[in-house]
Amino acid sequence: MNQIKNFTKGFIKENPVFVLFLGLCPVLGVTTSAINGIGMGLATTFVLVMSNFVVSLIKNFVPDKVRIPSFIVIIASFVTIVELTMQAYLPSLFEALGLFIPLIVVNCVVLGRAEAFASKNNIFSSIIDGLGIGLGFTFALFLLGSVREILGSGSIFNFKFIEGDGILIFILSPGAFIALGYLIVLVNKLKKKGA
Amino acid sequence: MEYIIIVISAIFVNNIVLSKFLGICPFIGVSARIETSIGMSGAVMFVMTIATLVTYLIQTYLLDKLGIGFMQTITFILVIAFLVQLVEIILKKVSPSLYQALGIFLPLITTNCAVLGVALMSVQNNFNLMESVVFAIANSIGFGLALIIFAGLREHLELADVPEPFRGVPIAFVVAGLLAMAFMGFAGIV
Repeated sequence: MNQIKNFTKGFIKENPVFVLFLGLCPVLGVTTSAINGIGMGLATTFVLVMSNFVVSLIKNFVPDKVRIPSFIVIIASFVTIVELTMQAYLPSLFEALGLFIPLIVVNCVVLGRAEAFASKNNIFSSIIDGLGIGLGFTFALFLLGSVREILGSGSIFNFKFIEGDGILIFILSPGAFIALGYLIVLVNKLKKKGA
Repeated sequence: MEYIIIVISAIFVNNIVLSKFLGICPFIGVSARIETSIGMSGAVMFVMTIATLVTYLIQTYLLDKLGIGFMQTITFILVIAFLVQLVEIILKKVSPSLYQALGIFLPLITTNCAVLGVALMSVQNNFNLMESVVFAIANSIGFGLALIIFAGLREHLELADVPEPFRGVPIAFVVAGLLAMAFMGFAGIV
């Protein structure tokens, strides 16, 4: 029961994007379509799960003072793995996400979970935590990506349902800020109703 | 002429915050007041310029020479973390007044993706040493400009009667969207 709660907290209650406002750069940068959002989210989830796993594995051997630098090295290694794998097998997605793949290193969500959760908990719950937060992050990216794709280009998963262009501003940068702002409002409203 | 294009493009057309979406965390986090945003911009300018210079040298003389380009991400983030620490220690000793002004912002910069982003971008664009430095300075000015304008807007926003669910971060995002829209007017200059 506890593990289930641990897993589901990332979706709404501790959603890194809508509630904690962490790791917002890729959230705004790559969500021009739903599929980009999912790709970025899954890449981040992989890094989160693996880094949480390794951090909780070594937590008893690393001296407290060099904790943060060693976390960063672990995270950077997994980011490099993702980067090279994606470049080899998914070149078009790699092209679309561009700079934001190496920038997973400085995504505060990843370092935040390593420091706040994995360095204090056992291996199994750290993996579950990474999976939950990562999928919550993916969910947020997917939501914002779909909103922007539906409004901006009138399609979903590259399946077009209107003729011509949509409201172009939502594909451009201002639309990212405005769409995210309104999604947060919606989440706030829902949270208030639930409470 | 080339330098002027790099500068104008980095500050206005491809503004690092409003059109490239780098450094959003400090953009939302420390933009509540104009003074703090000026301090943050100063610290970013300092670190970004030095970091881009050093990572350029490392990329050219170490990673490319040895053919270990795949170590780029790991090396760059460690160099930046190390530099931030170094800058902090040196500033504390050399100029305590500047340290007082920038002090609290310096540790935050390690996780500022704008710094790593600019270092990576100047490698991707194949800039030479001088171009990289100019690119870094221009981008940090662009960051400062966006941050300070945004802080000014948010100070005024405090006086406005905002509907409840919008209060705080959501309305800040909507305002940032409008600001980004204003910056889109610069598109096509270069």
